[in-house]
This record gives sequence, structure tokens and C-alpha cells, in this order.
Amino acid sequence: MADVLLVDLSRLQFALTALYHFLFVPLTLGLSILIAMMETVYVMTRRTIWRDMTKFWGVLFGINFALGVATGITMEFQFGMNWAYYSHYVGDVFGAPLAIEGLMAFFLEATFVGLFFFGWDRLSPRAHMIVTWLMALGTNFSALWILIANGWMQNPVGSAFNPDTMRMEVTDFMAVIFNPVAQAKFVHTVSAGYVCASTFVLGVSAWYLLRGRHVQLAKRSFVIASAFGLASALSVIVLGDESGYALTDNQKMKLAAIEAMWETEPAPASFTAFGIPSQNDHETHFAIRIPWVMGIIGTRSFDKQIAGIDELVAHAQARIRNGVVAYDALERIKADRNDTAARAVFDASSKDLGYALLLKRYLPDPRQASEQQIKDAAWSTVPYVPLLFFGFRLMVACGFVLAALFAVSLWHTSRESEAPRWLFRAALLAMPLPWIAAEVGWFVAEFGRQPWIIDGVLPTFLATSELGVTDLLLTIAGFTLVYGVLAVIEVRLMLAAIRKGPEVAQVIDDLRAGADPALQPAE
Amino acid sequence: MIEFLFEYESLRVIWWILLGVLLIGFAATDGFDMGVGALLPFVAKTDAERRVAINTIGPVWEGNQVWFILGGGAIFAAWPALYAVSFSGFYLAMFLVLLALIMRPVGFKYRSKRPDPAWRTRWDWALFVGGAVPALIFGVAVGNTLQGVPFHFTPDLRPVYEGSLFGLLNPLALYCGLVSLAMLVTHGAAWLTFKAEGSVAERARAVGTRSAIITAVLFAGGGVLVWLGLLGGYRVTSPIVWDGPSNPLVKTVVADSGAWLANFHAHPLLWIVPALGVAAPLLAAAGFQARLEGWTFLASKLGVAMIIATVGLAMFPILLPSSSNPGHSLAVFDASSSRTTLRNMLVATVIFMPLILTYTAWVYRVLWGKVGEKSIEKAGSSAY
Repeated sequence: MADVLLVDLSRLQFALTALYHFLFVPLTLGLSILIAMMETVYVMTRRTIWRDMTKFWGVLFGINFALGVATGITMEFQFGMNWAYYSHYVGDVFGAPLAIEGLMAFFLEATFVGLFFFGWDRLSPRAHMIVTWLMALGTNFSALWILIANGWMQNPVGSAFNPDTMRMEVTDFMAVIFNPVAQAKFVHTVSAGYVCASTFVLGVSAWYLLRGRHVQLAKRSFVIASAFGLASALSVIVLGDESGYALTDNQKMKLAAIEAMWETEPAPASFTAFGIPSQNDHETHFAIRIPWVMGIIGTRSFDKQIAGIDELVAHAQARIRNGVVAYDALERIKADRNDTAARAVFDASSKDLGYALLLKRYLPDPRQASEQQIKDAAWSTVPYVPLLFFGFRLMVACGFVLAALFAVSLWHTSRESEAPRWLFRAALLAMPLPWIAAEVGWFVAEFGRQPWIIDGVLPTFLATSELGVTDLLLTIAGFTLVYGVLAVIEVRLMLAAIRKGPEVAQVIDDLRAGADPALQPAE
Repeated sequence: MIEFLFEYESLRVIWWILLGVLLIGFAATDGFDMGVGALLPFVAKTDAERRVAINTIGPVWEGNQVWFILGGGAIFAAWPALYAVSFSGFYLAMFLVLLALIMRPVGFKYRSKRPDPAWRTRWDWALFVGGAVPALIFGVAVGNTLQGVPFHFTPDLRPVYEGSLFGLLNPLALYCGLVSLAMLVTHGAAWLTFKAEGSVAERARAVGTRSAIITAVLFAGGGVLVWLGLLGGYRVTSPIVWDGPSNPLVKTVVADSGAWLANFHAHPLLWIVPALGVAAPLLAAAGFQARLEGWTFLASKLGVAMIIATVGLAMFPILLPSSSNPGHSLAVFDASSSRTTLRNMLVATVIFMPLILTYTAWVYRVLWGKVGEKSIEKAGSSAY
């Protein structure tokens, strides 16, 4: 039985470091594409304003990118440090996408990011543009492989438990790569990154336009951000629905929890626009339901049912019983590697082995579990519904508000007259929304996966390293302190660079030329 | 031929070699970035000099660091048990490495954003920590690996580490940390003489000559420690099944103080590797003095590669010995991924590694030339 506090602290540390890392990632994903597009316009038209735009947004990109890289190092090593049993249990499957991410994406991104900043005088405009696109491509490939790894945690296809090595092993790597959950998540996440960067560019440009500064640069940035933002926001919303659709195959429980659907309704199910779900009563109070909508979104049909929580719990109970059969066979194989009868039983029941492991929360040997413990374990497969219910709605609301903002902005920029000032103020106010949506979206996806670290395969509470609570407290304190200080520095530098504006490069050059004697060449 | 490569035993040996290639790739590229960080307070006194030193690695350190990230990912994918045991076992040491490495991206990027000298000095120290601390700790980790680390597995193959941070910081491991630090400082100095102009290059030449000799002496001293049986030694005593399942509980291993020399005794040709581990740093020392900057850097690179290769060859087929339960040690034949994963990863490496090397070479070529105060002046705001 696992130490509850150790598990909670390990999860807290992962959540803190992942959420923090994910403050920087979406902006990097989108801004790299936006600056590559700006530079392409420069190379096509040779109008220097577009090169200035590329350089200016590039400075902000660089400040953000540095922290994205710094906090990404932690992520790559945290699995081994805090989740050693997980690393052993699924490294055969989960490690490969991470390694390929390094080979295919991160090398590309990190090698060319240096040349993006240092190559302006050394490369022709066309060659520099290609470098910028390769850097943008690298960041986006990076997201692909990370989400293939994450998609497998949500929907562990193409793999099986090997009783000789006591771990999950790949049986079909193509199935892991083309996992529908991973593909949907990839499109959803990079689109969200594009929305994030578009909102950022729109907001900063709006601030300049409100003050009448750098109008030429801000106007063009405003147009490109509203167009790219609208396309991306629509993609997030439509393809966000797509990942909800994939859920019905793989993660019915997450969908039921997000919708607080306690009982299976006759098809097509209604969509709960608002309500107060209660975990204890298994009921949603004050629910406002829109008939049919959920059934249509969730199943793309009028006649297929969406399973409610009660039904899924009953199903989990059956899988736990079958899982205990697999667990018993596995113990017999461990005692005698040549027990062919036990191997036959295991092969038939191994897909439910993970469900038996849920019982380890209550007792060391799942075979000794009482009826009540099996029932409790089945109910433990329900994540905490109210947080998912409200979290999901908050994310969706942010998405719709941003889509509307981009649509209005684009409509105004296409007209002859000046866009109204209230629109610029709205763009400024909307700046936090994509970050809220992205962080909440991560929470819904990963907290909604609980109690599993790998859906149906390995419960989270078994996956940690055998560390002391002091180790965890020390590292959580250390990360919080360092990350906190870096966050303050990052935001200050970002604000300073925005305040200085596009001539920030010029300002630095001037400083170097005269204002600061320490910087004078020593001749 | 191709089928032979895809046999489980060949794949395991190939991935053992690739593990070495990744570690050498990391030390030979990001190693000089760390060396420059560790040298920063000593070879560059004024702000202009520090900017020269920093800008020699400014455009390339980020790509170099990917060797480290890829090393982590590849160990996770190809040697999951090694990833699980070592990273959770060396927990607080890894945490220190992470904190130190986090300082580098922000240090490089943020230092020159403000002219304030106090601000810049603080980031200089951050870059020093980001270079010196990992260089030292990686060596300490190798020292512990040679001596064996106290861990065992439960019957479910859950790794349990029995030691502490202070157990890791024993004198012999710290000695290996000094070898690593001296080696990477030399490598950083070789890069600076090759790439920097003026006083920075001159001071790097002086420091590099000394640290190169120290590297050779310390590394040879490490060999004496192994010969005296002080730096561990483990031997597999049960028959090795090269294509068996990856389960580290089914073999027997004993601690044997002579065992790290057994491979060299069995294949005397292998002595070339440690011999070059001593000779190459001495060549680098001579190169510093003879002002053959390019050759010095290559000699230093060769030294880095041979010193790391010596450790791998001494331990083969063991990857990470357990001092408390030697039978649970991780070995090349029982700690790898499945055959399918090793094969898929090999295909991915064969496709992408030549591409990576090609575009990295192109980037270094574009950036070719010395960095001095004038060239930084000319680059304006695009320099760090």
C-alpha cells in the first residue's frame, strides 16, 4: 500500500511544474508560427516594416522561449525522479515518443533558435526565413510527440503487459502514433497555442493603438493576429469537440464526469448547460438541460446512448473481478515461469489487470478483497465531478469569448474606418483568457484521467518513486522558490520590452554606443 | 546483415553503444558550454570580456543542450529500468543539476537585457553555477555508478533506493567529480581559445594548459584507484542470456574488486582507449602552448570521448551495479526495452541523426569565425 502523502505530494509537484511549463509553451507554439508568417511577408514584399515586426515579436518570443526551455528540462527528468515505478512500468511505450521528440523536434527547434537571433547579418533574407520556419516547425513537432505520449496515457493502445518483464510493452507502435486521442489532442493543443499567441499579439497591438504608438506596426500585427486567431479559435472549438467525441470510445468516464451525467439517459442525451453537481448525492442540482445536444455532440447520432456514471461504475466492478483473476494468474506465473495453464488464464484476462491494482489502495493482495472493497474500488474510478464540470465550462466559455473577439476584430479591420477604442480595450482585457483556458484544459484532461495514471492500466497511487516525504517537500519548496523568482523576472522583462516597443533593439544599441561606459569597447 | 542488426542481442549492444555516443555527444558539445560557464568569472573580468565569452556559445549552447535532453529521453526509452533507478536514486543530486541547468537558458537570454552591472553580475554567477555544478555532479554520479549504488527491486520490479544524498557525496565519488570538472573546464578553455579574441582567449590558454594536465593526472589516478580495488568492480557469475526477457532478478552478480579491469585483460587492444584518455589531454596541454587552437579543441574532444568510453568499457555488460543486492544490478542484457522498441528507436535514430549532424554542421559553419568585442559591437542587439 502506498504512502498517501507521498503520492499527493508527487502529484502536486507534477501539477505545479507542468502547469508552470505550460504557461510558456502555448505562446511559443503560436508566436513561432506568427513571426514566421510576418517574415515571409517581408521576404515576399521586402518592406522593412515586416522585418521590424519579425524582430520585435521575436524579442518577446525569446524572453518567453527561455523559460519554456528551462522548465521543459524539469519535465523530461521528473518521470524518473518522482515516478520511478511508472517509468519502469511503461517506459517501453511512453519513453519512445519522448526520445523521438528530442531527435525529430527539439534538436531542430533548439539548433535554429540560435541562428534566428544571431543570423540576421550572416544569412540572406530568404535563408533566414527558412531558419525561422524550421524553428517553428520544430516547436510544433515537439507538441506532436509529447501529445502522442500523453494520448497513450489517456488511451493505451498498441501495447500489452508482459509477465516476464512485469511491465507494459509495445505490440503495435503505429497504433501508438496514430492513436485517435493523440491526434485530436495534438490539433486541439496547437490550435490553442495559436489562439494564445494571437490574443497576445492582438492585446499588445491594441495597447499601442490606444496610445497612438507604433501605429504602422501595431495595425499590421492587429490584422494578422485577428485573422490567424479566428481561424485557430474555430479550429480549437470544432476539434475540441472532436476530442470529446473520441472520449466516448476511450474515456467514457471522463465525459460522463465532465457532463455530470450520473445516469444513462435514453438517446439522444441532453446537455447540462449549468447545474451544481454533488459527488455525495450522485445527482446534479438546479440543472438546466438542453435536450438532445449532448447525444449529438458525443455520439454524432440520434440513437446511440452515452453511458452515465452509475452504469460505468457497474462496468468497472465487473472488470475488477476479472482483473483479480489476471492478478492471481500473474502471481502463479511469478512463482513458476513455466506454468502454461496460468499463462493461458493471464492472456485471457490481462486487459483487466489494472482494475485489480485499484484494490491495492485498500489491501496488499487484491485476491483477499471483500465485496465492499470491490465496490469502493469501482467507485474510486469516478473522478471528482464538480471540478471537471465547472472547469470544462470555464475553458469552453474562454474559447467562445475569444472566437467572438477575433471575429469582431477581423470585421472591423476589413472596413475603411478606424476600429473603435472599446474593441482595443476588450482585446487588452481578453489577454489572460487563453492562459486560463489552457491551464484549465490541462486540468480537465489530466485530473479527469484520475484515478489512473495510464487509463485502465496503472493507478496513479502505485506509480511513484520510493522517496521520503522530506525529499518531496524540499524539491517542491525549491521549485516554487526558483520558478517564482523567474516568473517575476520574466514578466518584468516582457513588460519592459513591450513598453520600449519595436525600437527596443535600437534602445539597446544606443545604450551600448554611449549611455553606459561599462559597455564601451576597451580601446 | 540487416536481420542480424535486428536480433535482440545485437540491438541491446547497439543501444549500449548509442548510450555511450549520446553521453559523449553531450559532453563533447554541451560540455564546452558548461566549461565556459565554470570559467566565466576567471577568464573574463570586465563586462565586455564576459560578453565575449558568453557570445562564443550564445548561438549554439541551446542546440548542444538537446544532447542532454535526448540522453534523458533515450535512456527512458531504451533502458527504462536504468532511468527509473538512477533518477529516483540520485534524487536530490538530480534536483541540484536541474536547478543549475534551469539557470542557463534564462541567464543567457536575460543577462544583456539590462545595462545594470549588479543585474549582470548576478546572472554571471547563475551561469557559473549552471556550468560548474552539473559538471561536478555528473562525475560524482559516475563515481557512484562505479562503486555500486544501494538499491533493490521488489518482486513487482518496483525499484527501492536505500541510500542518501550524503552517501552519494563520498570522497571517491567526489574524486570522480573533480575528473569530470577538470575535463570540462579544459574543454571550455579549448573552445574559448578557438573562438574568442583577446584577453579572454589568453587567460583561457593559461587555465586550459593547467586543467588539461590536471585532467590527465586525475584520470590516471582514477585508474590507480580501480587497480587498487577502491573504485568498485562487479562480475556477472550466472550464464548470460543475451536475448532473454528484461528482468534484473534472474541473474547472480558478485562484488569483485578486480572486475573493472577484466575486459581490458581479456581484450588488450582496449587499453588504447584509457591510454588516449591520458594522452589526449596532454596533447591538448601542448596544443594550448603551441597555439594550435583547432587541434587543441579536437584533442580535448578526443580526451572527453575516451575518458567516458573507458568507464563504459570497464563496466560492460553492467550498467548500474547494486551494492546492497548485487544480483539486482542492471545489465545490458536485462535492463533494456523490448526488442520492438529498441528496433523502432534504432530506425528513428538512423533517419534523424544524420539530419541533425548535417544541419548542426551547417549552423556552426554559418557562425564560423572569432568572437571579439568588435564583432559583438557590430551585431548590436542580436548579441547576448
